[in-house]
Amino acid sequence: MTRHSLLMALLRSPSGRIGLGLVLFHCGLALVAPLIVPYDFNAQSEVLDAMGPSLQHWAGLDTLGRDVLTRTFLGGRQALLVTVFGTIIAITWGSFLGMVAGLKGGRVDEWIMRTVDTFLAIPFMIFLLLIIASFGNEPMVMILTLGFFYGIGVVRLARAATLDEVVKDYVQSARARGERTLTIVVKEILPNVRDVLLVESAMRWSWMLLAFSALSFLGFGVTPPTPDWGLMIANARIYMSLAPWPVLAPMIALSSLIIGINLVADALAKALGLDRTQARVL
Amino acid sequence: MNDLLRLEKVSVGYRPIDSEPVLLVNEADLALGPGETLGLVGESGCGKSTLLLSVMGYFKPGLERLSGRVLFEGQDLEQISRDGLQQLRGGAMALIPQNAGQALTPTLKIAVQMFEALRLHSDVPAVHWQRKSIELFERVQLPAPEALLERYPHELSGGQQQRVAIAMALAGAPKLLLLDEPTTGLDVTTQAQVLELLTEIGRTTQTAMVFVSHDIGVIAKTCQKIAVMYAGEIIEAGTQETVMKRPGHPYTQALLASVPRLGQALMPDTMQGRLLEPLNAHKDSCAFEARCLFAEPICRSQKPAMIDTQGHCVKCSQQASITPFQLPDFQSNEAAGSLAPDQGIVLELRDLALTYQSTGLIHRWLHGAPERVVADVSLELRQGQTLGLVGESGSGKSSILRTLAGLQPGLSGAATFLGQHDLLVPVGQRDPEVLRKIQLVFQNPDASLNPRQTIRQIIERPLRLYFQYSAAQCFSEARDLMDSVQLPYDYLGRFPGQLSGGERQRVAIARALAAKPDLLLCDEITSALDVSVQASMMQLLKMLRTQRQLTVLFVSHDLPVVGALADHVIILRHGRICEAGATGEIFEQPTHPYTRELLDAVLPHS
Repeated sequence: MTRHSLLMALLRSPSGRIGLGLVLFHCGLALVAPLIVPYDFNAQSEVLDAMGPSLQHWAGLDTLGRDVLTRTFLGGRQALLVTVFGTIIAITWGSFLGMVAGLKGGRVDEWIMRTVDTFLAIPFMIFLLLIIASFGNEPMVMILTLGFFYGIGVVRLARAATLDEVVKDYVQSARARGERTLTIVVKEILPNVRDVLLVESAMRWSWMLLAFSALSFLGFGVTPPTPDWGLMIANARIYMSLAPWPVLAPMIALSSLIIGINLVADALAKALGLDRTQARVL
Repeated sequence: MNDLLRLEKVSVGYRPIDSEPVLLVNEADLALGPGETLGLVGESGCGKSTLLLSVMGYFKPGLERLSGRVLFEGQDLEQISRDGLQQLRGGAMALIPQNAGQALTPTLKIAVQMFEALRLHSDVPAVHWQRKSIELFERVQLPAPEALLERYPHELSGGQQQRVAIAMALAGAPKLLLLDEPTTGLDVTTQAQVLELLTEIGRTTQTAMVFVSHDIGVIAKTCQKIAVMYAGEIIEAGTQETVMKRPGHPYTQALLASVPRLGQALMPDTMQGRLLEPLNAHKDSCAFEARCLFAEPICRSQKPAMIDTQGHCVKCSQQASITPFQLPDFQSNEAAGSLAPDQGIVLELRDLALTYQSTGLIHRWLHGAPERVVADVSLELRQGQTLGLVGESGSGKSSILRTLAGLQPGLSGAATFLGQHDLLVPVGQRDPEVLRKIQLVFQNPDASLNPRQTIRQIIERPLRLYFQYSAAQCFSEARDLMDSVQLPYDYLGRFPGQLSGGERQRVAIARALAAKPDLLLCDEITSALDVSVQASMMQLLKMLRTQRQLTVLFVSHDLPVVGALADHVIILRHGRICEAGATGEIFEQPTHPYTRELLDAVLPHS
């Protein structure tokens, strides 16, 4: 399926349209937010107390008197930056290693997969906190750590998809020609497992976004006063019953992005014919 | 009006949302009396299985009957309720599917499945199910019927599974048996036994049968009447005798001519063009017109009517002008035995032995010496020769090829290529030149071509890999290769999925030729193809062999195909050679009883 026809197939389903719309909206917002926000994200209003929505402040003020809408618009930038690059890294190394394991088999496969099993057995959130505590929470550190941990599951998936392909004669034929492993992985197998990986990357992205927000919520993601959804929710949580807006706004933003990504993943799976529950009739 | 089964202008197809219905079966008429056997023959995609299923009132998802009636014992299937139809299926009319191994539930014992058939479709009381099952198993000549009931389907051989399926179909004492390619997946000797059994059942119980097959030999052997299908239409129908001896339709003639025949080392005729699709394209013309040698303008503008001459129906408007059928004047396989013995030896095997099991030290220590799937195979292949390796499934013939290609390790013995290269080493340890000089063509072109690469990428790959050609050189070479396998240039931009099976196999051959090999290994390369396509593939291979001085090791289970192509034949059984020699000698005077059995099992085609 060419890129163009894939996009058309995506746009044909309602979930694809809505999902793609949400994701593009958030990405666009992250890019232009600094230019369009009405206030400085750090500026405190003279009215110190948390305040409900008004004409000046559409989503109200938080407990420190900062404009919630401004902070919500800006709050996804760090998260998107980290998770987009994190996902790319995770998918790249995970699928490559998985394909090599599936193709090589034997001892190589055994070593790779047992290592993967070991890492999967470790509760990675704790590991993550440890790394951030020792190396700081620079975006680069976050990207690499999240990229590493979220790639582990990809190894398994890519290996399973590869195992379906290696038994096919075209791979055998490439082997008999004397092709190098790298050539077989990139030229023969990758184009055939691409669809699975594409859907998986969408799923990984939404999980990573949740994890990043969870880290921020725990106080490890971004350093205050940088606006971030997870952090905003954590800070405003205690006053939620009095001032719901500072919690609701970032929550809506975060959930709409994650729902958007999931809808895209869903529509993608259907468009690529990976969704087995939708048996195709002619 | 005492027909058991009658089909009146039955059309089956689907209705796309925004266009006219697409017909997979177009106005088929059939009639079958009690106890009669009818064979439906045609190539893949001609609609024969769809028609067979519609006899049961069953349609694959998305398909429906668009017009016409199916009458079973004078009753219109349309009028029968869902429950009544369910009772009829498996009862008075029973289907024997193509692949019994998949039709049986893998997790249930044979007994459970057999009893279910008896419970639903017979009035045998539960206490007698066991006895009745054993009786039926004995009827289909299954060994040790009591023990069999306690087995699972995967514990039976393919032939046994097919016999169980037949026994289940017989449980309801059917009046009509529907057989969908019942012997296609089986070995020749097993196929012969199953066909004999079916004929015997038909004779003794007066059960009528509709027999679907792509193999006209199978049909000729088992059926009294034959109907030939092409592109969703029945184009010829008549008794076995008339259709086989005096075929009236040009397609039937071409089909019969393209079947390879045994014992004469002859090359079958090919049919021009390819099967027409989509099926709506020939709404107002003869379906076969584009490939027909006798086509006239009227064939393009008017749909021919079925002309009935004393029960022999032919759907062709050019009846009068068609020359009576005679077997084509086959060109003899002149290559056979004509080679001087002083040609260099390309491949030499000495006492080759192979195994599937791991040969690691620990494994050997735990499990003892590995079991040999191939043992004591010695052979010599000289420059320009074609050697046919014949055997049934499990004979180790493909294992030998895979070892020679370096995909599977050898166990012991010696395999020498061009007098100096050891072929028991895997691909990784081989010299690039050796890799280039040995090329393997696989059985199934669907799987051997990467579905995500264009034909051009596929064919150019060996050129880049072995010769480091520039892009321009690659392209011109690729076009030359397309020429030599007789494919148009514009196919280079297509993906394998956009080609037919035969065309894909040509691409696979072109890819092998791109490496300019000395030795071409062919693993059942015609088995997945229709007969007419197979015939053209054989012609192509023969032509290439002479043009390029190829040495070919040709593995097949099909004796007539090997007979037509190979100079020498080796018969393998259970991994051992049981007979070897020049093709003509072996086919005329087989000495080994197994060779004789194989030759006897080959169905007569004329």
